[in-house]
Amino acid sequence: MNWLLAVLQTVLFVALAPLLAGWIKWCKCRLQNRKAPSLFQPYRDLLKLTRKQPVVSDQASWIFTTSPYIIFSAMVLAASIVPLVAVDLPTSANADVIVLIGFFSFARFFLALAGLDIGTAFGGMGSSREMTISSMAEPAMLMGIFALTMSASTTNLSFAIDFVLNEGLVLRPSFIFALLSLMLVAIAETGRIPVDNPATHLELTMIHEAMILEYSGRHLALIEWASQLKLMLYGVLIANIFFPWGIAERITVEALKYGLLAIVVKLALLAVLLALSETLFAKMRLFRVQEFLSFAYLLGLLGMLSHIILEGAR
Amino acid sequence: MNIEQLDFYTQAVLSLAALVGLTSFLMLGQGRLLRLIFVFAVQGFLLALTTAVAAYSLNIHHLYISAVLTLVLKVIVIPWMLRRLVLQMNMHRDVEALKNNSAVMLGGASLMVFSYYILHPIVQTSSIVMLNALAVSLSVMLLGMLLMISHRQAVAHVVGFMSIENGLFFAAIVATHGMPMVVELGVAFDVLVAAVLFGIFFFHIRTSIDSLDVDLLNRLSEVDK
Amino acid sequence: MIAAYLVLLIPLTGMAFFALAGHRADSGIWNIRLNAINLVATVWLAVNVLREGTILSSGKAFLVDPFNVYLIVLTAFVGLTTAIFSAPYMEHEKEIGRLNDARLKLYHAMYQGFMLSMYLVLTTNNMGILWVAMEGATLATVLLVSLYRTPESVEAAWKYFILCGVGIAQALFGTILLYYAAEQIGSEENALLWSVLYENAGKLNPEVLKIAFVFLLIGYGTKIGLVPLHNWLPDAHSEGPTPMSAVLSGLLLNDALYAVVRNKMLVDGATHSDMAGFLMMGFGLLSFLVGALFLHRQKDIKRLFSYSSIEHMGMMTFAFGIGGPLATFAALLHMTVHSLTKSAIFVTVGHASQLAGTQSMEKIRGLIKTQPEVGWGLLIGTVSIAGFPPFGVFTSEFLVLLATMHSYPWLAPLLLLGIGIAFAGLFRHIQPIVYGDRPEGQQPIKANLWPVMIHLGLVLWLGLAIPGFLADWFSQATILISGSAPL
Repeated sequence: MNWLLAVLQTVLFVALAPLLAGWIKWCKCRLQNRKAPSLFQPYRDLLKLTRKQPVVSDQASWIFTTSPYIIFSAMVLAASIVPLVAVDLPTSANADVIVLIGFFSFARFFLALAGLDIGTAFGGMGSSREMTISSMAEPAMLMGIFALTMSASTTNLSFAIDFVLNEGLVLRPSFIFALLSLMLVAIAETGRIPVDNPATHLELTMIHEAMILEYSGRHLALIEWASQLKLMLYGVLIANIFFPWGIAERITVEALKYGLLAIVVKLALLAVLLALSETLFAKMRLFRVQEFLSFAYLLGLLGMLSHIILEGAR
Repeated sequence: MNIEQLDFYTQAVLSLAALVGLTSFLMLGQGRLLRLIFVFAVQGFLLALTTAVAAYSLNIHHLYISAVLTLVLKVIVIPWMLRRLVLQMNMHRDVEALKNNSAVMLGGASLMVFSYYILHPIVQTSSIVMLNALAVSLSVMLLGMLLMISHRQAVAHVVGFMSIENGLFFAAIVATHGMPMVVELGVAFDVLVAAVLFGIFFFHIRTSIDSLDVDLLNRLSEVDK
Repeated sequence: MIAAYLVLLIPLTGMAFFALAGHRADSGIWNIRLNAINLVATVWLAVNVLREGTILSSGKAFLVDPFNVYLIVLTAFVGLTTAIFSAPYMEHEKEIGRLNDARLKLYHAMYQGFMLSMYLVLTTNNMGILWVAMEGATLATVLLVSLYRTPESVEAAWKYFILCGVGIAQALFGTILLYYAAEQIGSEENALLWSVLYENAGKLNPEVLKIAFVFLLIGYGTKIGLVPLHNWLPDAHSEGPTPMSAVLSGLLLNDALYAVVRNKMLVDGATHSDMAGFLMMGFGLLSFLVGALFLHRQKDIKRLFSYSSIEHMGMMTFAFGIGGPLATFAALLHMTVHSLTKSAIFVTVGHASQLAGTQSMEKIRGLIKTQPEVGWGLLIGTVSIAGFPPFGVFTSEFLVLLATMHSYPWLAPLLLLGIGIAFAGLFRHIQPIVYGDRPEGQQPIKANLWPVMIHLGLVLWLGLAIPGFLADWFSQATILISGSAPL
């Protein structure tokens, strides 16, 4: 029964990801006084892409064709361990933050390889930029996560959420810093404004789009879907760790219903926040990304320091 | 003593202390005047919030007055005045290239450690919370001084000066739940007058050396040139 | 108690009057009148204190005891004589076109504002208000330092503003710590009142007070002009109008020292250690020596005497730091004679630089030949400040030396050395200024040297014999500060 639930949760995760992307786009359009596409537009796009014949360059090796599958399955696996509506599912034994980061970097590794594989100029450029950014984002993310896990004394997501839930409302300086740090990292990692702009193919600025420029058809669909999943994963992480209230602690229909409702509301709010920030801020120059990410790192570090100093853990 | 055993007020104070400290560091590394002024206003807002939280949790009514005073003075009036001056003097496009920014940041971090060090004897008689709050406010003061040393724009000096005042205010709220009302009004009055005088000074400096770069104020010195 | 309120009310109305009425031809005279009335009020207050002992106002907001009452009278006196000097001086500055009506209005309003904040510093019983008034004194004088609007004066005023502002912020932190310590023993209501704090000094937490005193000393020490926080002082003194230099040197520095001593009394009561005294001695001695050494390399005549102020403030801080009855008595006396002498000197220096048209010492020559009274005034003033007998400065410096020999004999040579260096530094510059030939085009001016003569006459009198009632005052203040009688 519990296993079934875990599988259901993962399926829900995968199924909801395009909807979240559609919602963000909708909010952005409304904020910018444009007519918004339907919420379900991402589903239609994905469907359309899967129907199309993928065009593969004859220079491409097997890496190019298998990468989309690898990336997508890594993201699905990552989704399977992140608690969405309920904690204490059988998968939670593996729900370790470090494992999660491992999945992310695994997917990123293949994406970068695929970008390099065909040998076009843009692919290589995108890969090198992606790796540069991630090499700065990962320490920042780990630092933020450590600040958090030091309070909970576990790196297991599920247990950490339990810990926060049991403690009730405690204002921790370290959590505030970790939250800010993780938000910045999430923006960088999911390629949103101000680090990368998912909506353009402007050659000088694109990062993520540059790597997948050569993809088409179902390959492109999988990669798009995977990146929507990644966005949702970060959203769920932030929502469920810092504001876990509402998540189902026991496996009853009632609790699950509330859990689902809670996460939908939380994600919707986060998405509005993201859309707002994307509307307010302009994309920054690539060379300033390192400042952005070192600030995220600094916040993570401050979170850890304030855990040690301010919260009197001795 | 762990944080979850403390009451909500103390937790809030600690969190706000951490954020106030963060804003001080942000100001230290900021070369653009308008952003500097914005961060200063944020710091003022955090102060007003701290005061309001203290007033609410401890049920001290006169603190509401000082919260409003802070809000009006440090979040609205002074930043607005500085902003207007910067726009008027057309300095908002200048980006000050900060020399040795990383060294300054490290210096700031060591100042923070230093303030913990000198205030440490207080722990013997009171809680660690008090030490934290006082140390953060002392380091906000010291960081304000460092800001004045590391920046060359007169406006940045004024922001540093005012953020020193912010540090003091934070200490007063957290350690002693605010000074007596007379003193608080007096201090607020002094701050306001100081802000006005600074505004007058900008024009004087501007007319006398044709710039607001205080490094150019070097006519009077004991060093033979 | 009415006298105390009157002392505060008169400059307040004066400030409002000058600010609202604008500059008039008789503003200078009115300034003299207001200060004269206030001198009468302070003497009345002093008589009250002599008769009834310490006065505490009904709300405990004001406290007048033997220690501050004599400073109040001194403030009023120096304020009056400087006002007498200032009236024709400022008129002359207006004639030669350095100032206009608007700035003279500012000058007179702020003169009264400065006096108000000085009286408030001295009379208040609340350590927080003490700080507010101290900062108020900076705010009142900062625009006066830049009154001439030359690049140098604007720079000096900016330096003065920033350094004193930042410095005195430390004192507020110290005051907050003091309040914190006081709250711990539960005197919530009146926890910043000096009288309450002093009664409960023994119960205050010594650790907190030690830290607090360091901040207080640094904060108010910036205002005293203690090395290494003295940079603003020579600039502000040399670039502002001369009457301002006279009151800054004669009053502001004293009052800042007064604030430190008040706090030291609390800290000593709580810590039962010499920590505060040692700190003051160290800073004082350093300022004394550095001030004396820097006298030698000055080119500007007002800078010269402002370094002399640093030197003398250093000596007073040192003497208060030693802390015994003899040293305290000497420091109180030195405060008085230094104020009188230094304001007299600034008055003559003002005349000298007006008649030479410059403040550069290389260009002022042959004063005695040009205008004997100014030349002699400067010479006698310098002789007095350098510590020659029979002037009062000699007496007080001798007493400080005596106290040092008594408590810390190994520091006495340093003091002697400093006095010697200062003497050489002063005379090296002043000798060619007063003697020698009169340069081309140096004309006598209309000078009013009555303030100088009165001041120097008083200093001479104090050197020859301290009048009975004054000695009484000083001993009462000494008993208050150090706990026992000096003689």
